[in-house]
Amino acid sequence: MPYKIVSKKNIAPNQTDCWIQAPLVAQHAQPGQFVVLRVDEVGERIPLTIADADPEQGTIRLIVLQAGESTQKICALQQGEEILNLMGPLGHPSELPENQKLLMVGGGVGIAAILPMVKRAKELGNLVWAILGAKSSEHMILQQEISHFADRTLLCTDDGSLGHKGFVTDVFAQVLSEKKPAFDQGWAVGPTVMMKALSAVAVENDFLLWTSLNPIMVDGTGMCGGCRVTVDGQMKFACVDGPEFDGRKVDWVELLQRQAQYLSAEKQSLQAHGCRLDTLEQKGGEA
Amino acid sequence: MKPSPRKVPLHERPAEERIQDFAEVNDGYSLEQAVAEATRCIQCPSQPCVAGCPVRIDIPGFIRQLRAQKLGQSLQTVKTANMLPAICGRVCPQENQCEQACTVGKIPGSEPVGIGRLERFVADIARQSGEAVPVSAPPSHTKKEQRVAIIGSGPAGLTCAAECARAGLRPTIFEALHEPGGVLTYGIPEFRLPKQIVRYEIENVRALGVEIRTDVLVGRTITLPELQQQYAAIFIGIGAGTPVFMNVPGTNLKGVFSASEVLTRVNLMRAYDFPRSDTPVFHGRNAIVVGGGNVAMDAARSVLRLGAQSVRVVYRRTLEQLPARREEYHHAVQEGITFSWLAVPVAYLGDPKGNLERAQIQRMELGEPDESGRRRPVPIPGDRFVQECDMVVEAIGQSANKVLFETFPGLARNKRGYLQVDPQTLSTSVSGIFAGGDIVTGAATVIEAMGAGKRAAVSIADFLAT
Ligand SMILES: Cc1cc2nc3c(=O)[nH]c(=O)nc-3n(C[C@H](O)[C@H](O)[C@H](O)COP(=O)(O)OP(=O)(O)OC[C@H]3O[C@@H](n4cnc5c(N)ncnc54)[C@H](O)[C@@H]3O)c2cc1C
Ligand SMILES: Cc1cc2nc3c(=O)[nH]c(=O)nc-3n(C[C@H](O)[C@H](O)[C@H](O)COP(=O)(O)OP(=O)(O)OC[C@H]3O[C@@H](n4cnc5c(N)ncnc54)[C@H](O)[C@@H]3O)c2cc1C
Ligand code: SF4
Ligand code: SF4
Ligand code: FES
Repeated sequence: MPYKIVSKKNIAPNQTDCWIQAPLVAQHAQPGQFVVLRVDEVGERIPLTIADADPEQGTIRLIVLQAGESTQKICALQQGEEILNLMGPLGHPSELPENQKLLMVGGGVGIAAILPMVKRAKELGNLVWAILGAKSSEHMILQQEISHFADRTLLCTDDGSLGHKGFVTDVFAQVLSEKKPAFDQGWAVGPTVMMKALSAVAVENDFLLWTSLNPIMVDGTGMCGGCRVTVDGQMKFACVDGPEFDGRKVDWVELLQRQAQYLSAEKQSLQAHGCRLDTLEQKGGEA
Repeated sequence: MKPSPRKVPLHERPAEERIQDFAEVNDGYSLEQAVAEATRCIQCPSQPCVAGCPVRIDIPGFIRQLRAQKLGQSLQTVKTANMLPAICGRVCPQENQCEQACTVGKIPGSEPVGIGRLERFVADIARQSGEAVPVSAPPSHTKKEQRVAIIGSGPAGLTCAAECARAGLRPTIFEALHEPGGVLTYGIPEFRLPKQIVRYEIENVRALGVEIRTDVLVGRTITLPELQQQYAAIFIGIGAGTPVFMNVPGTNLKGVFSASEVLTRVNLMRAYDFPRSDTPVFHGRNAIVVGGGNVAMDAARSVLRLGAQSVRVVYRRTLEQLPARREEYHHAVQEGITFSWLAVPVAYLGDPKGNLERAQIQRMELGEPDESGRRRPVPIPGDRFVQECDMVVEAIGQSANKVLFETFPGLARNKRGYLQVDPQTLSTSVSGIFAGGDIVTGAATVIEAMGAGKRAAVSIADFLAT
């Protein structure tokens, strides 16, 4: 079955926002879930978060940051072109409560995962604050859409070109310490280093923070164990047991090490295809 | 005339040559060789070999036709009982099945008839001669009463679908991965089972009127209750694909993998062709493979072909108890793979960056027999050694994939997590849902999964007729 790109636009440097025809996925998608796709016959299977879904149109929305070979291939596709294989929705949906006070933190392309959570959390009667972080104002994505739903949206950039100058961690720590309002729990999606830092703050504040882990995946169905992570001393397969886990219990150092498993091979793949390496280096800190 | 005591030998590519690539180890019989081998069959009236075959192929029948060089008829005889002959001829553990029961093999000093090789021959010759696949148009009616949903496209699902189509039903296979075939596609390596053959056999199944929909993870992409609404009966053939780890310290170091991951990357994603194919695979220099089954042999031989300098299989029992097929063990030894018997890793040790460097290995001895009747390996206190390695592949077993059951807890399962079925009808605890293959038995064989698929199809036809 072909998965046609029905619309596509660039929303930030190296970031593409696209809607793709995938009716069954669109009908079943919940916040927190992802798809695994393969662009073409020689393509790798890569996981991407479902940023939004339109069951009536039968389409899902993906926001893709160009990291290496596969993400560059997606970004190079034009409207009307097709992705060869796409499967989902995968993973457990976010277990969003009703009528609580929630803090949602998104960094970089991870903001894409925050959007559907904020939307659903509001439908469930929660009070929702969002903290969004990016390198600079031009890298900030979905800020308007999210602030449309969230009760408050706090922005930060590394260079101070938009909102607070500094990391989301600073804002997160401050909001938690003020206890106005006193948040019940939170979600964080973004680069692993960001989720690691936020989890440290969550530990200090005894705050339940769900983090969406992004280890390297192959099948996404629980059949390879490549995505294994350690949570609370236990082995978990992120694709079927997660992807969300209590960030306070995740072995972040191990996850960071495992993400670098194929780094040299990935460079080789990019070189073989004559692509630029700087995008990959940039990716190391990004997602 | 007494049959010659030995099977007509197969020409195998020399080990030094074949470890350089992923091509098949041998080319199979020529027509002359096949006819010569067929003459060794004494056409026993009691046909013990047929009883040894889980799908009851008319073995003397197809061998007789082959001997008379009626190759088309011979293939038809095989196919009435077995939809995937080119595959079974290659991967069946014949030594425990049809060939174990063969009368000729019972003569002292004599080998059984090479039934598997002959089956492979008749299937291959038809494919190579480009014989057109007979296409039967799918029945035009799409009434729900005729529609059967098959979950999983491994040998169990493929066979169940093919038999349903032959019975005039309208089967649709739902497969999670992007290519159908189950373990045939993502597990068993190219050098034992070329993927081109798997694809050809699957095309034959399609030609019977079977629809195959890939990229559908049932439980997530579509739910079982939705399938129950749209289909009159359901067959679950999702295999036992979730890898089990020993979970010793250091399991998550870089360099430690499940056999499933290595084999999936190599077979399904064609990582051996990296960077032409986008998927990388780790290239170990000194690798350890843990386990003693077919999966361990396949992993060891794949890692060797990816360029490892040394590959050592570490198994906790002895050669006598090795569950892998003998043929595959011999191939592995010929190719230079070494074995440590009565040994099991107890820890993996790495550098500060999380890269595997060494494995600590415990020596074992055989103690009292366990439930399976085999003597249980027990550690020899204090007898450990350290083995340098940069890659460990664990192949110690698989368990049931839980995605489907998490989203549909109503199906009764046994202690080990596999589906409980009526042994006769293969019906699960939910009416209209049937199951077979590894998801019922735990990891078993291709032909047993096919046998289950076939029996389930009969039950489904009965169920829909009443
Ligand atoms: C659950 C989940 C959701 C994700 N959602 C998004 C999203 O919405 N948008 C987005 O842009 N990115 C997302 N990612 C990350 C995305 O999957 C990787 O950027 C992508 O796989 C990189 O592939 P590549 O070939 O372009 O780059 P490569 O050159 O192959 O790799 C660059 C880096 O990406 C990571 N990576 C590589 N292959 C994989 C793989 N198969 N699985 C996971 N990570 C890999 C590695 O850390 C690697 O170092 C998500 C990851 C996960 C696990
Ligand atoms: C490496 C290896 C080597 C082997 N070698 C041999 C051998 O030499 N000889 C032999 O006889 N046997 C061998 N076996 C065992 C044999 O392959 C299995 O017993 C057989 O494949 C089981 O068939 P199955 O149809 O039950 O399941 P599988 O072949 O496992 O197929 C199940 C399929 O279901 C799909 N699936 C799972 N969950 C879902 C879901 N929720 N929705 C949709 N699809 C789903 C999976 O993706 C998979 O494609 C080997 C196994 C392995 C792993
Ligand atoms: S299907 Fe397997 S067991 Fe049956 S005859 Fe063929 S090789 Fe033997
Ligand atoms: S048992 Fe052996 S010899 Fe007898 S019919 Fe079967 S294959 Fe032929
Ligand atoms: S990606 Fe293979 S088990 Fe999770």
